[in-house]
Amino acid sequence: MKSLFLTTLLFIMGPASALPPAPNDAPPAEQVFINANIHVGNGQVLENAQFAIADGKITRAGYYKIAYTGDEIDLQGQHIYPGFILTATNLGLTEVDSFKATLDFNETGQLNPNVRSLIAYNTDSERIPAMRYNGILLAQTTPSGGLVSGTSSVVQLDAWNWEDAVVAADNGLHVNWPAEWAKRFDWSTFSMQLQEDKKYAEKISQIKQLFEEARVDQSQTNMKLNAVKPVFSGDKTVYIHSNSPKAIIESIQYFQSLGIDQPVLVTNQAAEQVLSFIAQSGVSVILTAVHTLPHQSDSSIDAAYALPAKLQKAGILTALSYPGSMSSRNLSFTAGTTVAYGNSATDALQMITLNPAKILGIDGQYGSLEVGKSATFFISQGDALDMRSNRIAAAYIDGREIVLDGRQQALYERFKQKLKQ
Amino acid sequence: MTTKLKLTAWAVLASSPWALTAQVPTETINGNLDQRDTLIALTDATIHLNPDETITQGTLLLRNGRIVGINRNNQTPADALIKDYTGMHIYPGFIHLDSSVGLPEPDARPPFSWNKAETINSTTEGAYNSNEAIKASWNAAAHYVHDDKASKELREAGFTTALSHRKDGIMRGTSVLVNLADQAEELNLVATQAAQHFAFDKGSSKQDFPVSLMGEVALIRQTWLDAEWYAQQQQMTDLDLAAINANRALPKIITVSNWQETLLADKIGDEFNTQFVVRTAADSYRNLDAIQASGQTLIVPLSIPDAPAISDELDAWNVSYQDLKAWEVAPHNPALLQQAGITFALLPDPGKKGLGNFLKDLRNAHRHGLDEATALRALTTVPAAILGQSDLGTLASGHWANFVVTSGPLLEAETYVAETWVAGHNHPVNGLPSLLPGAYQLSHDDQSMGIHLHDDKGKLKLTLADEDSEVKIKVKQTGQFVTLTISQDDSDHELFGVINNRQLVAIAPQEWTLQRQGDLPASDDSDESDSNDAELPQIPQPFTAYGLATASTADDILVQNATVWTNADDGILANTDVWVQGGQIKAIGQNLSAPKDALVVDGSDMHLTSGIIDEHAHIALLAVNDIAVNSSMVRMADALNPHDVNIYRNLAGGVTAAQLLHGSANPIGGQSALIKMRWGVDRPEDMLIEGADGFIKFALGENVKRSRNAQSIRYPLTRMGVEQVYRDAFTQAKAYEQAWADYHALSRRAKQNATPPRRDLALEATLEVINQELFVSCHSYVQSEINMLMHVADDFGFNINTFTHILEGYKVADKMQQHGVGGSTFSDWWAYKWEVNYAIPYNAALMHNAGVVTAINSDSGEMSRRLNQEAAKSVKYGDLSEQDAWKLVTLNPAKLLHLDDRMGSIEVGKDADMVLWSDHPLSIYARAEKTMVDGVIYYDRSQQAALEAQIAEEKSRLIEASQNSKGKKSKRRSAPPQLLHCDTITGDHATDHELYHGAAQ
Repeated sequence: MKSLFLTTLLFIMGPASALPPAPNDAPPAEQVFINANIHVGNGQVLENAQFAIADGKITRAGYYKIAYTGDEIDLQGQHIYPGFILTATNLGLTEVDSFKATLDFNETGQLNPNVRSLIAYNTDSERIPAMRYNGILLAQTTPSGGLVSGTSSVVQLDAWNWEDAVVAADNGLHVNWPAEWAKRFDWSTFSMQLQEDKKYAEKISQIKQLFEEARVDQSQTNMKLNAVKPVFSGDKTVYIHSNSPKAIIESIQYFQSLGIDQPVLVTNQAAEQVLSFIAQSGVSVILTAVHTLPHQSDSSIDAAYALPAKLQKAGILTALSYPGSMSSRNLSFTAGTTVAYGNSATDALQMITLNPAKILGIDGQYGSLEVGKSATFFISQGDALDMRSNRIAAAYIDGREIVLDGRQQALYERFKQKLKQ
Repeated sequence: MTTKLKLTAWAVLASSPWALTAQVPTETINGNLDQRDTLIALTDATIHLNPDETITQGTLLLRNGRIVGINRNNQTPADALIKDYTGMHIYPGFIHLDSSVGLPEPDARPPFSWNKAETINSTTEGAYNSNEAIKASWNAAAHYVHDDKASKELREAGFTTALSHRKDGIMRGTSVLVNLADQAEELNLVATQAAQHFAFDKGSSKQDFPVSLMGEVALIRQTWLDAEWYAQQQQMTDLDLAAINANRALPKIITVSNWQETLLADKIGDEFNTQFVVRTAADSYRNLDAIQASGQTLIVPLSIPDAPAISDELDAWNVSYQDLKAWEVAPHNPALLQQAGITFALLPDPGKKGLGNFLKDLRNAHRHGLDEATALRALTTVPAAILGQSDLGTLASGHWANFVVTSGPLLEAETYVAETWVAGHNHPVNGLPSLLPGAYQLSHDDQSMGIHLHDDKGKLKLTLADEDSEVKIKVKQTGQFVTLTISQDDSDHELFGVINNRQLVAIAPQEWTLQRQGDLPASDDSDESDSNDAELPQIPQPFTAYGLATASTADDILVQNATVWTNADDGILANTDVWVQGGQIKAIGQNLSAPKDALVVDGSDMHLTSGIIDEHAHIALLAVNDIAVNSSMVRMADALNPHDVNIYRNLAGGVTAAQLLHGSANPIGGQSALIKMRWGVDRPEDMLIEGADGFIKFALGENVKRSRNAQSIRYPLTRMGVEQVYRDAFTQAKAYEQAWADYHALSRRAKQNATPPRRDLALEATLEVINQELFVSCHSYVQSEINMLMHVADDFGFNINTFTHILEGYKVADKMQQHGVGGSTFSDWWAYKWEVNYAIPYNAALMHNAGVVTAINSDSGEMSRRLNQEAAKSVKYGDLSEQDAWKLVTLNPAKLLHLDDRMGSIEVGKDADMVLWSDHPLSIYARAEKTMVDGVIYYDRSQQAALEAQIAEEKSRLIEASQNSKGKKSKRRSAPPQLLHCDTITGDHATDHELYHGAAQ
């Protein structure tokens, strides 16, 4: 039985390269894994199970009485996980945060529903291999800034170009719902203060005007209105970005009153203040960060860590995200953190696999390891939610095994040799 | 003084009701001289001679602006002009110590931006100090112009004298003490140079340095040293330094913006053997014990925050417990100061309405426990004593005739200011009541009825003594003419009279009469004194929600049956006990017994480790960055904030000690503060690790060359320039050392003829670096600069102690090992700027394996809460053993900070800084259960739920109380949490980012 992965691919690539790894152009692998712990992503863990893929799909995930051919890979108790899904990220839209020339996620102006992150998504970003190395295989590449930031798409992380990468094109519209109180720098005390946003009403009315006019517009000549229209047919999901309790209520009620029943709330600790409202409204939540400070000096010291479990208990479909993209490779560790604060290990995993897949509308193919779904998964030597044991041995996107090592691993190898370690 | 202004003063004078002669003796008179020196007697008054002595039916005698006698038995000299002050109270005039009355407005504060060309030197023209915020030669007396409107407002609140200074700059020059009479300036000035003024606030200065509290402290220290040197040198003139020397004997008053700065003023004062009087921000209640211990005299505004307007529970989201608690406790501040025996003067709130509300605020403070004598002292004798003015502040013969006449006892709610006399000039405010209040008998047309005459701020108010009577009486007063309307049985009867000499008499003689029978019966509506406002609320220490946490008090603690990570030769010990006594580890072993009263902690299924040490932190600080290229004179210990909730949060993450570093805006940054997380200490310096070596921040690369400011002109703008900054600084420091050595080598006689070298705090600190008395922790990223600095250090004969951040350390780990420098790095940060583009998460492992003492640090109050997880990443990236990985955040940072003889491992004799973990400490699932510093358990997760419930309950009580409170409510929200890091200027990441970039992203 095989126990090594990627031997052929590595030889093709040769020694560590300064370039990002090439996408795998080979046809999808046909492979059977045995003695695997399958973390299905839907709450189930199948111990010592079989897992098979063919034609880019999962053909087996569970227990089967099929005779071994000898070509099976014996995982010896290693773990199979669905590829992690990174929502609301600027991955591929930025390279070096302090360099304006490399930033492509924030268009000028307040209302930019028609700008599309997809066409700016750089498949060759150096950040992408770092994500894959830790198990993130899918991402919602998302614009930000202004009142309506633009339109997001879902991509897979092993592609030649954005056309190649796209999993769901232009299916999210991102609205930054303002709060009555906004952060302002106060020069007299030289500190950040919350001040009443005098333009609050004006901003809200700008957003409302955009959606309401889009609903009735027949002209087809206004790019902005055209970009909003699919939210009424359900072809585009509205993502409400807000971390203010009142703005959460106001915005969800507004969109639901327009007949947009399932907007997604992208938020943080404000959600705890309006937990039952969110639950009753039936919207899903993306939490922007787990590794963040409590909102107030008097907030529970665990506020951010314990919130995912609270959302889960309230029956809210919850996904975890990570701010920016520089450190988003730690997504799974933020999920792991929640386990020490009330979340179950399977729920924590689901919050970065099946739940985001559902929110992004790609759960028919992705998010869990079930027969018939895309073979997008990875194999880890240990618990992938704990950095102590997260060691990814191989990863597949749509059945194609991808190269895990990137420039960081190349530099590691180079200097290990240089330092004779 | 211009002619025009002088005319204005005269015009006011002419319209003044009792225009006593007040001519400037040297002035030319246009007309006939009207010089009077009448003796005036105010009779039959209650005279409060001083806060402790009051006489009733007293007579106050005045002449020529001074008190010339006080008679107790109501005797009056025959030649006196007698004025009847029956029923009135007379208090010494109040002295305002923080005024700017009569002075020009300072220039506007320039907007701060890091996205413009730097202003490295002073923009002030002339022979003034080279730092623009030093305005020590500014002489308020030379600019003072009488301001009748502002003076009137002050007098209406009872102030007769004001200490006026211009509120601009760090050294603000001298103040003028003025009487507030409407008369010529020549006559109003009491003292031309009354005090020296200071502030931790550079005001209108356009010069970049200083931009932080630590920098402001450094500037004050350096300027005082410069002044000492200036007195001995002949090569230059600096009018500000000259003024500092000339005014050395004056009282020094410093304005601060929080209690931390109050204590800081004492610390700097001690260094220079001087004592500041501190104009506080009225927040001393937040750390009363430390302020009491400092022994400072305070000047305290009657400022209390409005209750936040919270209309519903969701509004409370942005209002913190701390701000609500401040609303509750602040009114007690004067009473607390009184209780602590602190000497203090009071001021009106500096806000727009402060003066107008002054008496109301004073009574509010009284209701909250401030007693009358202390209140009066705070307004009269204390200010007079601060200024050394013996003829102000009390009423006595020979003193200024400065006093306030009130309608009753000052602190009673109904009492109003009738008149304010300044330098013998009467300035009516509400005026004396035209009739004496009391019980009267009204007789007309065979009728007679008892009447109560009240005085409502100088207006008459009549009621019938018989409350059940159907008769109604109304009063209308026009000037001295009064119409009384008596309504009875649907018919009105009008009585017309005139007031003369405090008697109301009928116009038609004997038509009716009004005779005073006596005083009004005592009122029984004393509800305000019944209120329990005087009861002091509980004050958390530190003044924040988690100040309610309680630390353990046991001297002995025995942790039993834990898995002990010793970080020593013993490795990891299963089922082991650790006994702590007196803050130190006393014994490690199995089945240990401890004294009977020891606190026993069950460590079964848990891991006990030494505490996490963060080599690179910016928590517990009020500021992070200053801006001078060589900022080595700046000390982070000057900006410590022991009330930062992030200390508690760090404890909850298992952190027990940290190096608080200066930011990275300069090649040579400030001196570090090494602290332990002692939550709840009184004084900032109590957090400092005793006997720790000194450390200093250096920085290389993009931040110091101001890469994100396209307009920058500050040298250095390249890495090439950075090297030369160091070589120059060290060369000059050596030259400085030599200059002092040469001077000290002179004979005593030769010294007398020589000017000593100028002491330079930056060069002294730089020299300490060369002499290995200050150890360098250098912010660094790319290999070229790392290599460079090691060569510079070699050339000057010292070692760099630590490269911090050091994300390309892996490229030169062999050279680092040879130089003997340690590396303290991020586990996996990269991509946020160009110089970290080649950062790899294997860096820590590669450096460690090359023999470099390696640590992992946070640079963030968020990440520091989970440094155990950051350490664990080196198991994933680079295959470090778990024990080696654990040392990255414990023993190794202890080594880098020269504290490994006391911290970083669990060994007998070491400090009991330990953490009990719920799980394997490198696991993502581990939580700190108990965190101990010096044998005190400051954080205990088992008590956390109860504590958080207590906080929530307290908060809802406060919200309810504030919602139900009668006072004004203002729409305000608590400041968002600060997350300080290396690049911090403002404490808000997005704003700092904006400052660097010049535009929002």
